[in-house]
Amino acid sequence: MKTKIIAAIGVALFCVPAWSQQGTNAPDANAQNSAALEQRIRELEDRVIALEGKLRTMESAQTAQPQPAQPAATVETGTQAPAQTTVPAPAPSPNEAQTGLATSGGQLPVYGGSSAAAKALNPDVSVIGDFIGAAGGNSAPALATLQPFPSLQMHESEIGLQAIIDPYARGDFFISFGEEGVNLEEGYITFTALPAGFVAKVGKMRSVFGKVNLMHNHVLPWIDRPLVTTNLVGGEDGIDDAGVSIERILPAPKGIFLEATGQLFRGDSADVFTASQRSDVSAVAHLRSYKDITESTNLDIGLSYARGHNDAGVNLLPNPEFVTQLYGIDATLRWKPLRRSIYHSFIARSELIWSQRQELPREQRAFGFYASGDYQLGRRWFTGGRFDWSDRSRFDNLTDKGAAATLTYWPSEFSQIRGEYRFTKYAENRDSNELLMQLIFSLGAHGAHPF
Amino acid sequence: MIKSHRSLSIALALLCSLLPLTAEAKKLNVVTATTDMAALAQEVGGDRISVESIAKGYQDPHFVEAKPSFLLKLRQADLLIVVGLQLEIGWLPPLITQSGNPRIQVGASGYLDASQFAEILEIPTGVVTRAMGDVHPLGNPHYWLDPDNGRRVARGIAGKLSELDPSDSAYFQQRFEDFDKRLTAAEQKWDAEMAPYRGRKIVTYHNSATNFAKHFHLEVIGYVEPRPGIPPTPSHTFELMALMKRESCKLLLVEPYFDLKTPNSIGAATGAKVVVYLPSVGGEKQVTNYFELFDYDIDLLKKAFQ
Repeated sequence: MKTKIIAAIGVALFCVPAWSQQGTNAPDANAQNSAALEQRIRELEDRVIALEGKLRTMESAQTAQPQPAQPAATVETGTQAPAQTTVPAPAPSPNEAQTGLATSGGQLPVYGGSSAAAKALNPDVSVIGDFIGAAGGNSAPALATLQPFPSLQMHESEIGLQAIIDPYARGDFFISFGEEGVNLEEGYITFTALPAGFVAKVGKMRSVFGKVNLMHNHVLPWIDRPLVTTNLVGGEDGIDDAGVSIERILPAPKGIFLEATGQLFRGDSADVFTASQRSDVSAVAHLRSYKDITESTNLDIGLSYARGHNDAGVNLLPNPEFVTQLYGIDATLRWKPLRRSIYHSFIARSELIWSQRQELPREQRAFGFYASGDYQLGRRWFTGGRFDWSDRSRFDNLTDKGAAATLTYWPSEFSQIRGEYRFTKYAENRDSNELLMQLIFSLGAHGAHPF
Repeated sequence: MIKSHRSLSIALALLCSLLPLTAEAKKLNVVTATTDMAALAQEVGGDRISVESIAKGYQDPHFVEAKPSFLLKLRQADLLIVVGLQLEIGWLPPLITQSGNPRIQVGASGYLDASQFAEILEIPTGVVTRAMGDVHPLGNPHYWLDPDNGRRVARGIAGKLSELDPSDSAYFQQRFEDFDKRLTAAEQKWDAEMAPYRGRKIVTYHNSATNFAKHFHLEVIGYVEPRPGIPPTPSHTFELMALMKRESCKLLLVEPYFDLKTPNSIGAATGAKVVVYLPSVGGEKQVTNYFELFDYDIDLLKKAFQ
């Protein structure tokens, strides 16, 4: 292909003097010849540019081509022993790999560049570091769900591997390296070409219960998670399980976006659900409605329901049938003026969650919520506040309360420094005042998260 | 008898009300990432397509929120036209995935990356790292600001529309030829208007005017951003002021989505005029098509250079 481009350029250059000579023999036709020549050169230039474009497309097509055996191998080697794995022939050199991290930039295949061709079949790779420091006093009571951060902690290193698998699906893996070991935070295939507008996911994934449960640590507007999430929905791990998810946009009037999601999981999610037998699957349902109020303001409201077996009686009974049911309402109001969208924005969020946990001697009925507001002061500065109130799922007569204030600075899109003052009033009448600091930094091509 | 007449009238009315729907249904539903791609698609698609852009013309196309309301557009789309070169990488991929529309998935027949038709400038040749800022490793994505690229992209879109709707192929081709003629005439006018200012030095806030500057023979000597996507720093601003004074640069162009505080300071210190130029169709209400975009910007530049 490159030869063709060079040939086309050669033809163009060869033609220029030839036509010029003809022009000198017929002075009257000079103007016409010159216009024709200009037109011809323009056409040839267009052809060269079209050929260059085709070359870029061909290179990107190599990326997008279905290669059934490759992705599995890539993931396997990537998760097991990246440093010691025998790398197949087309693998990039360290320099090329470094280039590739910068060039691949997200979920789409790349569309040109010699370095892109060298890593055509590799998924996009990213690492996000999450470092947290904490100061102040927090001696959590024995029965409290909320546990204090250590003084200094490499809280999480999240590795993302993302690629289009074939014309029908894409794959996303997020592997979390924490101080307690390695965890597959999410790893799923998304079927994007199903009929009737359905989108399905299969694998391990964060469930769509509310808003915060879906969020990875690095996209939270706070350093910690709200008390209600910690007390009722499993905290940082949350409802995150192996299963199947199916979603579809539903018809709705007046430009309202309405989406229903149904998920079926194995039934093991942090402290929330425990499966003692194969049939103890858990289910999550979510209905999301969204409306643009103006071009700058929108309202997002969701209803969530989750049901699964809990760990009550697991050590006492052969087949305990104790169930936990969760009900949730979430609301998010966003404001972002489009002309100054990179400078100012405001987001108000709230989630209300009810938990019904069957156990002996009686069912625990707990409730909790948080309400928060985050304002972008300038291109790099953000501030926010949050109020927490939540019963504990196992002790519905114990209620924790708290409040937090944050200040965040973005040196660039790829790193952020955040400070958070957190006050917690435990149900046991014990108070804590903490100052948390966080540094998040991103390497490589981490795909955008859903809105 | 009256009853049967009434029934017939109702049936006819229903039939008539369905007819426009049938005609509507024939239209190709085109969604574009930006208003510029929408404007070019409209030029060649005419009344045989309905076209809608996701980003607004006065919005920074790098930072568009992936709102669910866009999914309502995307799920119905027959064709999605993107600028490409990773301009939309931060917001479009999740929308495509969530749309539940197999026609517009990457690689499907209804997905068109318009960058393949355009002359792309500033493709990095060495190692690219983020120490360079939010650099586009596949080249500068603001290519539509060269009218020659506008013509090439329009030709490519006409080809894609013909592929999706072969019965209207001649119509799209005729529309493109008409656009080509009008653009050629407009280009001659724009070139003549800008000819006195050949070689003039300018500074832009973001690196968005490279193709524009190349076409109209302007020289971009610096940027308010120290690196793409990085907000201005005091040290870089002082360096830029010194450079502008040294090079006698008298014009600073700012995209409509950037704050004017730093550019105004630079303008005050160097004597350069600060002008908000439009990189996209729809940046101002009166700029509704591809021709008006260049008319607007060239008019601004002429006034600024005089």
